[in-house]
Parts: sequence; structure tokens; C-alpha cells
Amino acid sequence: MPDIIFRTEGVTKVYDTGDVKVYALDGVDLELFKGELTVLLGPSGSGKSTLLNILGGLDHATNGRVWFDETELTNMSDRGLTKYRRDHVGFVFQFYNLVPSLTARENVQLVTDVSPDPMPAEEALELVGLGKRMDHFPSEMSGGEQQRVAIARAIAKRPQILLCDEPTGALDSTTGVQVLEVLRDINERFGTTTVVITHNAEIQRMAHRVIFFQDGKISETRINKTRLAPSEIVW
Amino acid sequence: MHALDIKLLRDFKRLWIQATAIALVLACGVAILLTSVGMYSALSETRTAYYERNRFADVFAHATRAPLSLLSEIARIDGVMSVEARISGEAILDIPGRTKTAVGKILSYPEASNPVLNVPLLMTGRFPNPLSTHEIVVNEPFAQANGFVPGDSFSANLRGQKRDLTIVGTALSPEFVYTIGPGALMPDNAAFGIIWMPERAAAAAFDMTGAFNDVSLALSVGMTPAPVIDALDTLLDPFGGLGAYDRTIQQSDAFLDAEISQLKGMAAILPPIFFAISGFLVSMVMSRIIALERSEIGLLKAIGYSNTEICLHYLMLAALIAVVGVLVGWLAGTVLARTTAAQYAEFFDFPFVIFRVSYWVYAVSGLAGLLTTSLGAAQAALKAARLAPAIAMQPPAPPRFKRSFIDEAMTRMRLAQSTVMILRSLLRWPLRSFLTSLGLALAVASVIAATFINDALDEIVDLAFYQTNRQDAMLLFAEDVPESALEDVRNLPGVLQAESQQFHAAILRNGHLSKRVAVESRRPGNDLSRVLDADRNPLDVPPGGIVLSERLAVHLDVQNGDSIEVEFLSGRRETFSVDVTNLVELHFGLGAYMDFEYMNALFRQAPRVSTVNITLDYQQTEALHAAVKDTPRISGIVEMNENRRSFQDTIEQNIVVMNTIYIVVAVLITIGVTYNAARIQLSERARELASLRILGFGRGEVSYILVGEMMLIALLAQPLGWLIGAGIAHLMTNAFTSDLYAIPLVLKPATFTLASLVVLSAAFASVMIVRRRLDRLDLVSVMKTRE
Repeated sequence: MPDIIFRTEGVTKVYDTGDVKVYALDGVDLELFKGELTVLLGPSGSGKSTLLNILGGLDHATNGRVWFDETELTNMSDRGLTKYRRDHVGFVFQFYNLVPSLTARENVQLVTDVSPDPMPAEEALELVGLGKRMDHFPSEMSGGEQQRVAIARAIAKRPQILLCDEPTGALDSTTGVQVLEVLRDINERFGTTTVVITHNAEIQRMAHRVIFFQDGKISETRINKTRLAPSEIVW
Repeated sequence: MHALDIKLLRDFKRLWIQATAIALVLACGVAILLTSVGMYSALSETRTAYYERNRFADVFAHATRAPLSLLSEIARIDGVMSVEARISGEAILDIPGRTKTAVGKILSYPEASNPVLNVPLLMTGRFPNPLSTHEIVVNEPFAQANGFVPGDSFSANLRGQKRDLTIVGTALSPEFVYTIGPGALMPDNAAFGIIWMPERAAAAAFDMTGAFNDVSLALSVGMTPAPVIDALDTLLDPFGGLGAYDRTIQQSDAFLDAEISQLKGMAAILPPIFFAISGFLVSMVMSRIIALERSEIGLLKAIGYSNTEICLHYLMLAALIAVVGVLVGWLAGTVLARTTAAQYAEFFDFPFVIFRVSYWVYAVSGLAGLLTTSLGAAQAALKAARLAPAIAMQPPAPPRFKRSFIDEAMTRMRLAQSTVMILRSLLRWPLRSFLTSLGLALAVASVIAATFINDALDEIVDLAFYQTNRQDAMLLFAEDVPESALEDVRNLPGVLQAESQQFHAAILRNGHLSKRVAVESRRPGNDLSRVLDADRNPLDVPPGGIVLSERLAVHLDVQNGDSIEVEFLSGRRETFSVDVTNLVELHFGLGAYMDFEYMNALFRQAPRVSTVNITLDYQQTEALHAAVKDTPRISGIVEMNENRRSFQDTIEQNIVVMNTIYIVVAVLITIGVTYNAARIQLSERARELASLRILGFGRGEVSYILVGEMMLIALLAQPLGWLIGAGIAHLMTNAFTSDLYAIPLVLKPATFTLASLVVLSAAFASVMIVRRRLDRLDLVSVMKTRE
């Protein structure tokens, strides 16, 4: 059994919109393990992204406790969370969130400029197969390429964890598979703990562990005995 | 270079039109600050250096005829460091080739040694031979205006003796940096000159051997003039002392001082307005950028950039705008200051101008620019820093619109939906709409503040030349003459009408407040030089009373009916208590008026006159001037037409420059505000407007929403602009008012109309430039943009 990297206890997240309280997370107890690729699956609004934000230090839980390794994130200051993100976490988003005024290389440099032990931006881009597109602006790249730049940007800091929110959500299946290949490759080559949110049920088949969400709660956790390669996944 | 810095530079490049518009407004502020402070320090430093080098005196006095033996007593007055006695007088000059008379102020040049005080600085030639009776040095501007070089001659009427004088040199003196002839309003260097004549010759000409009638004193450091003035007055009293005075009343220094304080006022009033506007523009643009870059901010935070780093990133963008603005401002300000310095050099007669805009002025203006733009950006940058990353990554919630009574009213008025959109947007962001309006209002105000001066000057000219001083010319006498001289004047060629007027220097006192003025008197019913009451009706001063100008009344803190002390500085130097019977409006000088008979009664003398006001048959002007040149007792002739013309010419020249600058500035502000506001509107509403286009709205209808809202804001700005403009005009009249002159607050509808037209046209042009982008709106891609 690998070491636990994330642990949560009774995490809730309540959005107070004045008239109604919305429970985005409603008492989540969870354990994630080092080096694993975990898929969080569930319909939209089930609380996956909220949990990912809390794990990534982008948001605080309303109640409950969260640990990263031995460090408790629950009441960490804003400054502490910034350092945590800077040193340990890589993010990949559905809409890539590249800075349009920066080239691929410069988008990656955004991260290498502030991380303690980054790999060169060029190396990160080579890893995602974009060695020849480094000086292109986002507007000059396809969606799949943009997402690969985003992944290169996330891994350039050699993060311990890679958090991906619907990384294939905006892509067609062929491009989506290429992106998933890159994620699996990173996970295997560097042992980076990877969490992928999706509502595409097929993707679960490449994961070590699958966690199902429903109405802000974990409804089921499943461990895959056999994993498929992304190229074997079709949707 | 860090990736974030690259982003900064690329953002700046993308925003360059908006950034330039802001930078130019900022540059205006920096340039005006540099120019006014630069000129202020140039003038005051030059003055200080010139006064020190050429030992400008601290206290001045005139007497009828005082013995030279009095000098040692004067030198013993406590606090007096050095004394210079001179002989001074005025003479009518006959300049070859000039039909009109010129007036010369003659000053003796010491025989034994160099002058101790008010040392003339030789510009060309040499000083006169002490034993010569005809060698003189003249002030350089007079020589230049008349085309004189050393060796040239002209003749002068020295108390009845016509004498040929030969120029051997030209000089400048700290006493005559600004030279105005008697009775003139503006310098006329061709008609008025300073003549330095060897002491011996001057003494012979003015019958002053062994005596003096003009004395200057330098005081020890830290000594205040008041006690010295009192002691000097006591000493000179038996010899017809006319009252000593300090630099504040010395004509040249008083003008210089008025100019210096105007520059100070300009530095204090105008630049802050420009800084405020650029700060506001930056804040407007930065808020929008941050709204647009919301998800990028979220991303930067997710990557691990700290709040401080993000805040600084956006502040740096504002700083870049400031850097451009400050650099342009420095450049423009340096050029402008140099140009103005050259103008001043023409206006004031300095032998040198210390022109050096100190580094601290550059530093302060640069810092002020940086600070205001940073302050403008601060709120937006802090908002960026405070955005919670998880929320930043989500699209912003749609703005909340709520129905209010205004919506009810709009429904009832059956306004078109597009008009409702315009109005709702104004009401949804009331602060932003107000601030945009305020920016445009300041542009309107800037035009008003510059152009109202035109009307104010028309008013000054009308009151001074067409209503109060309606004479064609004034004949000035060297000394007061019996009123019978009026008959002689009437017999001069070309004189149609002649009226007498008398002046006496006096100190007016109310408690501890006092002011030295010339009290004027004239006969009741005199029609040429008149005193006008508040309704502009001629006013005859009742015997036993005194009429004061409003500014003088304010200075002495007296009102109608109060009584003041009048201490005459000539004759028996008696003091009388007199009732103030009326206050009048006056723009030149500080007027005080008495009845003619009453004043002469106070002096216990038969009626005498100091000047005669005349109307002229202009066909005979030449004959009149020829006659005056040969009339010993007349020391000068002032033609009011020329006076008015030189006043208008000088002022008009300055005003055209000033109006142009301010209108350009107003247009820049308007473009800066409107262009930015319209671009922001467009970026906020791109989806909305594209949706309308997809729904079938025409380009015109969609443009209406954009152009309509901006122009509505511009229209709303007008009354506010008029109000602020009137306020600034009021401040300026106060700042420009001195003992020498007052600028009246004259605000005419045409001024407001012009200001509004300038700003509305510039606003319309700017918003139309932005409107062109609407035509290029790519409907499909706009709809795809995630927001």
C-alpha cells in the first residue's frame, strides 16, 4: 500500500447566496495515495471541482480538515497556501487558461520563474511533444496543443501532485486521448500523484482509483485491477 | 526577463492607444508643473542673483531738495548698511525721427566713486565722463527700441533748457527690470527711457548742487524696513520728503513679484487637476483590465504567484503609463519652460536669466505622476490581489439589475429598449458614470478657465478706457502747477477740451492696517476722467469724504461710512480723518479719490493741478507733440489710445498662446476620458451588442447604444463643467489679483458655449473612433468567448 498524500475528514463547503445555503461538499472523508492516478467522477455540481480547489489550496473548506502529507491545509494562511501551490501543486484546467499574450515557452516560464526547482521550460514542452511549437502564441495553436502547453506548465515545477479539472472537456476524442497519454506518461515517469476530474466515465478506465461523487458526497470508491492505456479508450 | 514582465510589456503594447491618451493627460500636468515651477524658480533666482550682484536697495525715498549733509545722519539710522543719494528728474525727450515725445527719467551717476546701490550694469560702451555735460548712459531696452548705439544723440528738455545729449553706453539696472513710464499701463521702451547723467551735469540741470532728491538704502541682514522708513521719513520731512517705501512698493519689483506669485498660483491650481484626471483614467482602465483578466489572475494564483506579486504586476502597468507620461511631460515641460523663459526675457529686462529647472522639480513631478497613476491603479490592483483564486477562475456573476421607480418611469415613458439599456447602464454604475462625467467636466472647466480671461480683459479695457478714462491724452507736469495752467493747455495746438486732476501720495490708515496710495482729485462734473459708482454712473466725491476702490477697502478692512486716516506725504505732511463715502470697482491700481476743492483746502493752497486730461483733434497730434517738447513744465504726455493698444497687444499675444494650450489640453482630456470609457463600454458589452446584431439590429441601432451612452454622459458633464469652470475662474481672479491690477470675474454665455462645443465635439469624435470597432465585430467569435 503506497503512502497517503491527501487526507480529508468531514470536509464541507457551503455557498451562502443570501437566501439559500448550497452544500457543494457535504462531509467528505477521503484518502489519496502517492504516485496514483485518481479519477474523480460525477455529474456537474456534484462537488468534484470544489474538492479539487480545496486540495489544491485555491479555496478553504467551510468545515472539516485537510492534510497534505503531514501538513494540515485546513486553516493555513493565504501566504502559506500560496507557497504550498508554488512548491507542490500543478494545475490543468478545462479551458487551458493560457495567458494569450505569452508564447508557449513564456507561459511555461511563468511557472519556472517562481518555482524552487523547475525543469527548463523547453524540457517541459518537449515532454508534452511541443518542442517545435515553443514560440507560438495560444491563438496560433489547436485546443489540444494549448492543453498540452498547460500540462507542460503544470509539470515544469516538478510538482508532487498534478490536479486536472476536466482536462479533455473542451477537446475532441482524438486530441483528448493525446492529452491523456501525456498525463499517464508524466504519472508513470515521475511518479507524480495525479487527480483528474471528469464526467466522462470512459476515462476512469485508465485510473488506479476512481472516486464517484453525488450531491457533494462520495458515493463509491473503486480500485481498478487492470488499467487501460489512453489509446484504448474511446468516446 | 521574467514571463510576467513579458506579459506586462505585451499588455502595454496592446493598450497603447488608451495608455497614450492617459499618458498625454499626465504629461500636461507634468509639463505645466515643470514650466510654472521652472519659471518661478528662474524668475526668483534670477531676481535674487541680480539684486545681490547689483546691490538693489531695500528702502527708497524722494524729497524736494535735501542737503548732502543729511546723508551722514541717514547712515546712522539703526539697521542701515549703506546709503546712496541721487538726483532724479524727468524730462521730455525729442528723439530724432520720432514725432511723438518720449519721456526720460534722469538719474545722477556719482562723480567720485562707483554707485554703491542700484548699480547699473554696463551692456555696451562706457560710463559718462564725470565732467561731461552731455554724455549719458541709457537703459538698453530704450536704446534698442529707438535704434540707438553709443555715439547717437537726442535732445532733452531739462527744466526749460533744451540740451543735446550723447549716448556713450547702455546699461541695465535692478531698479528697472520692468519699466513703465509715468501714466502708462504697459512698458513702452521707445517712449520711456532711463538716463544716467554725470552727477555734476544733473545737479546743474535740476538745480541740486550740494543737494539730493532721491535716496536709496540697503539694510543690514535681518533688519525689517518699517523702523528705518519711519526714521528716514522724520529726517526727510523738513526737506519735502515724500514718504519712504520698501521694495513692495518699488514699481519694478512689485510687478516682478506679482508675476512670481502668479506662477506660484498656476503651479498650485492646474497640475493637480491633470494628475487627478490621469489617476481617474488609470483607475477606469485598470478596473476593466482586471475584470477581463479575471481568469488569468486566478491562474497566476493557482500557479503560486503571491498576492503581492500580482498586485505589483498591475501596478507596474500603471507605472509604465506614468513613465511614458512623465517622460513626455518632462520633454514638453523643458521646451515650454525654455520658450516661456525667452518670452519673459523680452518682458523683463534682466542682463541674464538663470534658467535651471532644478532636478527636484523633475523628481517631484515624476513622483507625483507615478503616485497618482499608482493610486488610480491601487484599488483595481488590490482587487486583483484579493480575488480568491477559486472564484477568479469562474466567470463573474452577471451584474445585478433591480427594478426601481426609475424603471417604472422608463416603462411608462415607453422608451425604446436601447434607450432603456443606456439609462440602466448609467444607473447601474452611478459612481463610474459620475466620475466619467467629472473628467469631461474638468475638460469643460479648463476651456472656461482659459477663455473667460478674454471677456475679463474686454471688461477691463471697457471700464478703464471707455468709461472711466475717456481722455485722449494726459499731460503730466514735473511739479504741480496753478490751475491757471489749464488755460495754457487749452491754447496748445489740437487741444479740444482740458480738465484738471491732482495727485498726492498719501498713506491711508485704519488701525494697524495701512496702504500707501496716490489720492486723486478732480472737479465735480469732470467728464474725461471719471469715477463710476456700482451702477457705472459718474460719481462726484462729496467734499469732506474719500472714495476708495473695493480692493483698497478690503485691504484696509473698511466699509462705507467708516472713517480712515489720510496722511499726506507732500505739502505739510498733515494727517486728516476722512469718512469713506463710497466704494468703486477698479481694475488698475488701488484708487482713492477726493473732491478737488476739498483736497486743495486740506493742503491750504490755491487749486493746483498735477495732470491735465485732454481731448484731441488727432489731425494736430504732431503739432501738439512739437509744442510739448518745448514746454518746460510738462514732463510727459500719455496718449490713452497707445496705452490701450499696447495693453491689448501684450495681453492678446499671451492670451492667444494660453487659450491654444488650454483648448488642446481640454481636447486631450476629453479624448483620454471618452476614448477609454467607450473602449471599456465596448469590451464589457461586446457580447451584448453582438447578440443584438445577431437578433437583427442594424449597425446604426447598435452604435446608438454605445454612442448614446457616452454622449449622454458628456451632456450631463456640461453643467458640472460650467460650475467647476466658474469656480476655477474665480480662483484664478483671486490668484492673479495684486495691488497693481485685478482681473474681474466676467462669465458670459459664449464662454460656456465654446467650452461645451469643444468638449462635445472632441467627445463625439473619440467615441466615433471606438464605434468603428463595432463594424468590425466578429459576431461568431464574440459569442464563443468564454466569460
